[in-house]
Amino acid sequence: MVKELRHILRDRQTLMVLLLLPLAMVVLFGFAIRSDVHDIRVVFVDPNPDYATIALRARFAGNGRFEIVGTVPTIATVEPMFRRGDADIALVFEPGFAGHLAEGTPARLLLVSDASDPNTGTTIQAYAGAVIASYQAEVGGPGRAVQIIPVTRMRYNPTLASANLFVPGLIALVLTLVTALMTAISLSREKERGTLEVLLVSPLQPWQIIVGKVLPYLLLAFANVVTALVAAWGIFGVPFRGSLVFLLAASTVYAMVGLALGVMIASVTNSQRAAMIGAMAGTMLPNLLLSGMIFPIASLPGWMHPLTLVVPARWFIVISRGVMLKGAGIAQLWLPLVVLFGMLLVLMLAAIRSFKPRLA
Amino acid sequence: MRALRFLLRKEFLQIFRDRMILGMLFVMPLVQLLVLANAATFEVKSARLYVVDHDHSPMSRGVVDRLTASRRFILSDASPSVALADDAMLRGKTDVILVIPRDFERDIVRDRRASLQLILNAEDGAAAGVMQTYASRILIDYASEVGAEVNPMLATAGARAEPPPRRGDAIIEVRRRGWYNAELNYRDYMVPGILVVLVTMIGTLLTAMNIVREKEAGTLDQLNVTPVSRTTFIAAKLIPLWSLALADLALGMLLARFVFDVPVRGNPAIVFLAATIYLLGALGIGLWVSTIAETQQQAMFVTFSIVMVYLLMSGLFTPIRAMPTWARWVAEASPVMHFVRLMRAVLLKGAGFVDVTHQLVMLAVIGTLVLTLAVRQYRKRAA
Amino acid sequence: MTLAIDVHELTRRFGSFTAVDAITFDVNEGEVFGFLGANGAGKTTAIKMLIGLLAPSAGSATVAGCDVVRESDAVRRRIGYMSQRFSLYEDLTVRENITLYGGIYGLSNEAIRDRGDGMLAALHLEKMAKERVAALPLGWKQKLAFSVALLHEPAVVFLDEPTGGVDPITRRQFWEMIYAAAARGTTVFVTTHYLDEAEYCDRVSIMVDGRIAAMGTPQQLKEEHDVATLDELFVRLARPSAAAHG
Repeated sequence: MVKELRHILRDRQTLMVLLLLPLAMVVLFGFAIRSDVHDIRVVFVDPNPDYATIALRARFAGNGRFEIVGTVPTIATVEPMFRRGDADIALVFEPGFAGHLAEGTPARLLLVSDASDPNTGTTIQAYAGAVIASYQAEVGGPGRAVQIIPVTRMRYNPTLASANLFVPGLIALVLTLVTALMTAISLSREKERGTLEVLLVSPLQPWQIIVGKVLPYLLLAFANVVTALVAAWGIFGVPFRGSLVFLLAASTVYAMVGLALGVMIASVTNSQRAAMIGAMAGTMLPNLLLSGMIFPIASLPGWMHPLTLVVPARWFIVISRGVMLKGAGIAQLWLPLVVLFGMLLVLMLAAIRSFKPRLA
Repeated sequence: MRALRFLLRKEFLQIFRDRMILGMLFVMPLVQLLVLANAATFEVKSARLYVVDHDHSPMSRGVVDRLTASRRFILSDASPSVALADDAMLRGKTDVILVIPRDFERDIVRDRRASLQLILNAEDGAAAGVMQTYASRILIDYASEVGAEVNPMLATAGARAEPPPRRGDAIIEVRRRGWYNAELNYRDYMVPGILVVLVTMIGTLLTAMNIVREKEAGTLDQLNVTPVSRTTFIAAKLIPLWSLALADLALGMLLARFVFDVPVRGNPAIVFLAATIYLLGALGIGLWVSTIAETQQQAMFVTFSIVMVYLLMSGLFTPIRAMPTWARWVAEASPVMHFVRLMRAVLLKGAGFVDVTHQLVMLAVIGTLVLTLAVRQYRKRAA
Repeated sequence: MTLAIDVHELTRRFGSFTAVDAITFDVNEGEVFGFLGANGAGKTTAIKMLIGLLAPSAGSATVAGCDVVRESDAVRRRIGYMSQRFSLYEDLTVRENITLYGGIYGLSNEAIRDRGDGMLAALHLEKMAKERVAALPLGWKQKLAFSVALLHEPAVVFLDEPTGGVDPITRRQFWEMIYAAAARGTTVFVTTHYLDEAEYCDRVSIMVDGRIAAMGTPQQLKEEHDVATLDELFVRLARPSAAAHG
């Protein structure tokens, strides 16, 4: 094992990448991946400007979320603007807007948004709607309108910070990278070179060999988790409301699952290349797509839901989000932990079994 | 350039004899589109609702009915205890808690206003925001309906009763329309981006690995000793992958159009023109990586990381407008971002050549820059 | 006799480490020159400078009448190279490898065909022409690689440890090919670990710690240093530095 550790330390390039990359990813994702929408570019289509339309337009101008990119007389001009990506939403006033308002007949307003991105389109409409509603409340009399006012509380993430969503998942990704991927590659490389056979011929037991190879990566993974957590907390203020010990314990289990996966991939494939691809396809991709790390599981089509159950990262993310954001403890999170344990046992058995005959 | 012809022939022979590359070329588009198109979605379909109703009035039940009737909220449980609701949310069993206070109906009839509590699980802040929007809209609609009922003078038939005009009341009627994506389908939004991923993967990854493979095998040195110039060598490496990436893009677009029903409203020729230019940059990055990687494993690792960062910062999965200013500047420098924007404009919005000139120019500038730097780096390393 | 290779105070430094320290030697046309030295003595670095893969830090060298730094393109056209790993494309067939290198060196299509046919006949590889190189046994690969390096009839051919890992008979045959090439006027510059092969060369040089510690015909060297085999001489020269490296 000491030899393996020295091996890793000597390969400075890979080491740098392994330590820095996860950190860089955490920082990058945290800062850049946001879903909050601001700087909405709005274009007004106002064929007959009057005091009401001007007032409403001023409302938008005064609102920090919106950026007015133009006022045009017809809707025909809007289409090319959308196509070029110069505007996000268009507000089309009907002629005689103010007149209708004064008479009490409905004054019509058409909100056209670029809905290529459905969620953003919806959100933009909501913000625009809110501005209009506040104008209406001011202008209109108290009337007979009934108001049901929802008092909203955003739990676990009051600022709706995206970092809070992504960072727990990122930890899972980082762990997978260091454990499954690196183990698979390093073991298959030894297999290719033939140095593995030398070890097998020695009096060492197969399990001792595996553990010796694999332990340094576990330590590395641990180091990465700690760095990632510190970065998340220090730079983004991602909360940590639960028990650190619990999270670290769960991380260890998850890391071991990754290691077992890596060993299995290495023993099943014949070349380094194949191991690389196998590790990528078998661990990284499902982690990115099916674990709920970036794309919510609830958004996935129904037939994919069962698939997500076999992705270890999915369970780990439930734990990491639960601990970090919700302050949940073992009472609430025992199920994912048990599942992870189960996976670990299964994979370890499979790995040990497949390791021996492969080289016979 | 006779030597180039011979080298090109060798490259194509090698590529078509390599099962991994062939697999990537043909299987990857299929897998990517199938899996990614389905999985890469932020669509907020429905949320599980936990109701804590302290009023038990027709009106409070009406609110719950309205919410569940919209199909955006699914009733998962109800109880008189907020603490139980909280625990359910903690355990991940519910997404939204609705708390209706005791005098809800009375307040509405008497004061024409009442409030209730909406507690949303905001782990996914964006989804929570969208849910909140849905809920607000449903509540507003319900409120105007209730308004009509509460005032018997104004009772009219029909669900969407509008109060008759009365002087002094200002009513703004808002109609909403979403263009380019009538069904609010996430797939249409994602597929153009996925095609970009496809092209990038093939261009950058394969270039890097291909060159490093020669380095590993020792044939790179051999070629360096021959009269073949560096430029010829680079051209011989890049041209086959260029054409194959374009071929794959064509395959991907066919699949997208005919299997996944993604619209192609603009002229596909623009897309291919853009792809040709875009690949300058993508291949350039692959070339650059090959100068710093010693083994194929390293090449793959580094390329993958760079490509990942690019992709995530490019507005592919998350909107650029949501990123902080510095990130937006970085994105401006990213060819991926421009290509994605161009793809979406052409495919979804039917943009023409004139509309995407800015993107094409940026692609050309960035691509040429990257490639020049990469070639220079390659020459330096090899000499 | 004109000089095929003329090296004068050739030096290469990597930071503070001097790998090749102002070596000076020359090789005559048609000679078979053995370039010996322990691992880390600077052999590979020296060769790389001669074939244009590395730029010298100081000094000069001329290969086949052209300066390696200023006329590197001309040098490349006039030399052949066979690396330790045989530099053939394993996933291409024998024929395809021949065509590729022929084309790279600017041979006409007929020349490629004719010389290729001749080569295959001489090596008795006609039946394997359409097989991938990966399928050939090691000894055949080596001989093929050597022939391909000579395909464009270079003035000087550089061989880097060409006979690693093959049986003695195949090695013997390989050296016969080397002699044949030399007889045709090609200068052969060989590095090797096998000191018995060193005896086959017209002249040898032994590099130790970046310098040339001994140079001359095998016979001369043995007499000068009073040893029976070059092996002994090598050990003697290399050992003091081995003691220094510990």
